[in-house]
Amino acid sequence: MEKNKKSGTFYLNPYLSGFIFGMVLLITFVITGRGMGASGAVKSTVVEAVNTVAPGHAEKSVYYSKFISDDAHPMNTWLVFEVIGILAGAFFSGLIFNRLKFKVEHSPKITSRRRLIFALLGGALFGIGSQLAKGCTSGAALSGMAVLSLGGFITMMAIFGTAFIFAWIFKKNWI
Amino acid sequence: MVAPLIPMGVIPESWNNVFAVILGFGFGFALESAGFSSSRKIIGTFFGYDFVVLKVFFTAAITAMIGLLYLSYIGWLDYSLLYIHPTFLASAIIGGIVMGIGFSMGGYCPGTSFCGMAIGKIDAMIFMVGMVIGVFIFSEAFPLFEKLYNSGNLGGKLVSDSLGVSKSLFAFLLTVVAIGMFYGATWVEKKVRKVEY
Repeated sequence: MEKNKKSGTFYLNPYLSGFIFGMVLLITFVITGRGMGASGAVKSTVVEAVNTVAPGHAEKSVYYSKFISDDAHPMNTWLVFEVIGILAGAFFSGLIFNRLKFKVEHSPKITSRRRLIFALLGGALFGIGSQLAKGCTSGAALSGMAVLSLGGFITMMAIFGTAFIFAWIFKKNWI
Repeated sequence: MVAPLIPMGVIPESWNNVFAVILGFGFGFALESAGFSSSRKIIGTFFGYDFVVLKVFFTAAITAMIGLLYLSYIGWLDYSLLYIHPTFLASAIIGGIVMGIGFSMGGYCPGTSFCGMAIGKIDAMIFMVGMVIGVFIFSEAFPLFEKLYNSGNLGGKLVSDSLGVSKSLFAFLLTVVAIGMFYGATWVEKKVRKVEY
């Protein structure tokens, strides 16, 4: 284990990590009455940016205007603070398990350039899909499942089912 | 009944964002320590060489699900005050499919890409740039998506009600299924050739 720790390949037991993760989610519901999320913070950032650059446009747009109100600044939302915590928590874990390093991770069969193009396209699709489903793997699937939301289960099955098929189509990118 | 604490007024609203940072820290730590900062480890679930995503995801969902049902059962938590992710049938399925394609191309989901970014993964940073672009495209083209976005609204519908079983029976059955999947996944992992990453 010590050797693994030094090489940055030591990971906690998945069931222990899952239990910690589940307890954090449970405590979140107990304190706030809501679940966790990730894509919502990106949405708040985009809404805030557009509202700063082109306030008239944001006000007229059906979508942005849903999330703009005078008393609640879109940047000032729970999820943005939560993401600051996520970044800090992941950094801390990377620090103690010796994984802090700038790198592009990809299969030896492809170039870094190809990996980054696919990462960009994948991110864009995730951005669009998460707005449609009103949440991503965290906010819709995981937090939804924790409170037995039908939509949470449906979105979870759609994400993993589709990814399973398409991962084989893009197999070269991964293994 | 005292929970949920902030909606019940036990903890003042002003503490909300402080808890957001603390709870986010736990979320980020749990994900990174499990290996969710590596896209090739995450994608392993789909090729059978590493099922960490399946194991962590279902363990977390079941832990939180049973915890909430238990706290509600002993009368500490008012389940009706919890925010139930609303079900919009069409957009939940189509949005999920779009995310699934993005997942298989990008190797991350939004939460795990934050973890990758935090430890210096450049592919995770680019994935996040893509996310911002995707959200921007969706917002600008919203009139095109509006009908789909709002269709099939079932509100805060519970999966247990749709299946006609009690909440606790559903949670029990899902737990049994998950344990079966964990055994199956471990068996497959042993059969599949290891991938170095």
